[in-house]
Formats: sequence, structure tokens, C-alpha cells
Amino acid sequence: METLREIRRRIRSVQNLAQMTRAMEAVSASKVQKAQAAVLATRPYAHRAWEVIVNLSGVRGIPLHPLLTVREPVRSVMMVVFTSDRGLCGAYNHNVVRAATDYARRLGVPVRYVAVGKRGRNILWRLRAPLVAQFSGLPAVPRLADITAIARLAIDEFLSGEVDAVLLAYTDFINLLRQRPVVKRLLPLRPTRLDEQAVSEYVVDMKPARVTDYIYEPSPEALLEVVLPRFIELQVYQAALEAAASEHAARRAAMRNATDNAEELIRDLTILRNKARQHAITKELLDIAGGAEALRQLQGEMVL
Amino acid sequence: MGFQLDIVTPEKQLFSGEVDSVLLPGAEGELGILPRHAPLLTALTIGELVARRGEEELLFAIHGGFAQVLPDRVIVLADMGERAEEVDAARAEQARREAEELLKKEPPPEARAEALMALRKAQLRLKVARRQRPHRPPEEHS
Repeated sequence: METLREIRRRIRSVQNLAQMTRAMEAVSASKVQKAQAAVLATRPYAHRAWEVIVNLSGVRGIPLHPLLTVREPVRSVMMVVFTSDRGLCGAYNHNVVRAATDYARRLGVPVRYVAVGKRGRNILWRLRAPLVAQFSGLPAVPRLADITAIARLAIDEFLSGEVDAVLLAYTDFINLLRQRPVVKRLLPLRPTRLDEQAVSEYVVDMKPARVTDYIYEPSPEALLEVVLPRFIELQVYQAALEAAASEHAARRAAMRNATDNAEELIRDLTILRNKARQHAITKELLDIAGGAEALRQLQGEMVL
Repeated sequence: MGFQLDIVTPEKQLFSGEVDSVLLPGAEGELGILPRHAPLLTALTIGELVARRGEEELLFAIHGGFAQVLPDRVIVLADMGERAEEVDAARAEQARREAEELLKKEPPPEARAEALMALRKAQLRLKVARRQRPHRPPEEHS
């Protein structure tokens, strides 16, 4: 049996641990809220920009923009996988990477991966998946400027013909307890097929775009050239924010579990400590009683 | 009778409300919009946006984007933007000086374009900040 002092030391160290996991839980919870607020804040722009794209791509007499053109057959695909830089977030990273690789296997065409986050990069490395780029060091709640390089890469690879489609794999934030890995198409955008378009999930209460005859300045083509990259950036940004909210929610859950486990351990150890203490007291009493008895017997013998 | 003006950036909504007129930094020159303007879609450049509501004047720094003009509303989709009150004049001043320093060293064309862009943004921020607070002298720098 462990000594009383050892048990006391273990209780103290578990208490310290619980304090830290409790703090991390609180921090993660507040980051979830910030990321969620940021997602909501992108919606008005997404809505408006989408309307403009639908309108512009409906203008007669202009060729379909390359970013909107579907290529058949799809020969190769780029998959951007959003993971975290840090661990202690349960199965968060493994779940999204598995969703991505499962999807890729079903596609049946070569898939190149772009890892966002160190954890995903490491997992993909171990799987020997073809990595073409990796991004890391995104802040807890990313800003638009943090992800423009990712969007730029996606657009460049797609336009140069290196890949025929770009997919985003990230974790959709449902609520604090549920997050779901999803794979969505980023490119090509298809404004003519609203129902199927991944965009429709981002753009809430989407009404059919007003049919208006606009004056275009400088020209519909030039305007599309401005608005499309922005919209694509925004989609990547929204995915990054959803992923951030999910990461923090997953970490919060993991930390809550850790705190609960620590508290259970403290309870068990406390019982053990009490037992050890009682044991020690009993032993001492026995010693004293035994000693007293021995002494008395000794004295009795001497008297006799 | 005014019209509805919405100014949004990818990161947030900057403004939403009724105004009497608005001056936009159009890619092909400044555009003054009054109610019942013909439908127009226009690209925007780096410049200031002035909205008027009665006697009140609202100023924004707009860093590119585009605007959708309809007879009863104007929607500005700015790549980046801020209200004049939000502009950090000290930071803008520092950015301006840094950009000027960089330009003096005759950098390669790409870096030069970037520095010029930064300079324009900083100048715009300073201009907007000064117009917003005409009675207050520009902030001192040590």
C-alpha cells in the first residue's frame, strides 16, 4: 500500500491538473463563441456577393467565366483539409482527415492534399498522402487576410488546369456537443444550379436574384473578375471559421472529460488516503496497545 | 425620401440604414448617388465614401470592392473598410511613413506596387480621419 504522503502528493498533482483543464475548457468555450460570431458576420456579404454573381453570370453574350465552368471528366482534384495546429481536442483532427480520405477514395481520381494545420499535415504524412502545400499558424479565430493565400492557391491550381475541381474538407459546427466533418466543393462554382450548390448552405434565406438590367461599370466581365475571387475567398474563410469553432468545441469537450476524470480520480484517491490514514492510526494504536501489554506482562513477571 | 444604404465587408457589416445621398469611389471616377438612381453595378477603388443623412455626414474609408445600386437601395461590398471614427490615425501615419521609406529605396516592381497600395490606403485613412475631426489637430508623433 502506498504511504499516506505519496497519496497526498498525488491528490495535489491531480488537483492542479483539474484546475488547468478547467481553465482550458473555459478558454475554449469563449473561443467557440468568437468563431461563431465571426461566421455570422460573414453572411450579409456572402448573400449580397452571391446575388451579384448570379446576376452577372446570367448576362447574355458573355462567355462563362473559367471559375464557373465545369470540366468533364474530372481527372484530378485538390482537397483542402482544415485541421488544428494543436492537439488536446479528442478525435477532431482524425475525424476530418478520415472524412477527406474516404471521400477521395470514392472519387477514384488522383487527389492532392493541402493541409491547413500541423496536426492534419502530420496525419496525412503518415498516410503517405500526396501533400502539395501546407498552411499553419492560423490564429484561434482567423481573419480574412489569414486565408487569402489558401484561396489564391486553390484558384491558381484550378485555373492553370492542374486540377479540375477543388474541395474543402472541414468540420461543420453544429453545436457545442456536435461537430460533423464535411466535404464541399469550392471550385468550380455553379451559380446556375442553386439547389446543388454548396454555397446555398452558407447563404441563408436566399431569394432568387432579382432580374434587373444593370448598367455595368466597367463591364460585366471585369466585375465578375473582381467579385468571384472575393466570393471564393469568403467560402474558404467560412470553412476556416467553422473549423475553428469546431476545434475549440472539441477541445472544450475533451477538457471537460479530463476535468471529470480528474475529479473522479481525486474522489478515489481521497478514499484511499482516508483508508491509509486509518490504517496508520490503527497500526499505531496496535503498536501502543501491544507495547503496553508487553510492558504490563513484563512488569507482572518482575513482580512475581 | 432617402434610400437604404448597406455597407458590408467579408468580415462584418459596417453600416445599414437610411441615407439621403451617397458618394462612392467608383473605379471609373467618383459617383454621386441620389434616390431613384438607375440600376448600376460598379467596381470600387480605394477611396472615401460619404453618406449624407440630413445635416449629418458619415464617412467611411473603402479599400476596393464593388457596389450594387438600385432605385431604392445601395449595397456596398467593400473588400475592406472602416468607419472614420474607427480609423487609428497613429497607425495609419506609421504605415504611411513605412510605405514612403520603402518607395525611396526603389524596390523591385512587385514590392513597389505593394508599397504604393499600402501608401494609398494609409493616405486614405489619414484623410478620412482628419475630415471626421476637423477641430482636432493631427496626432503628434515622437
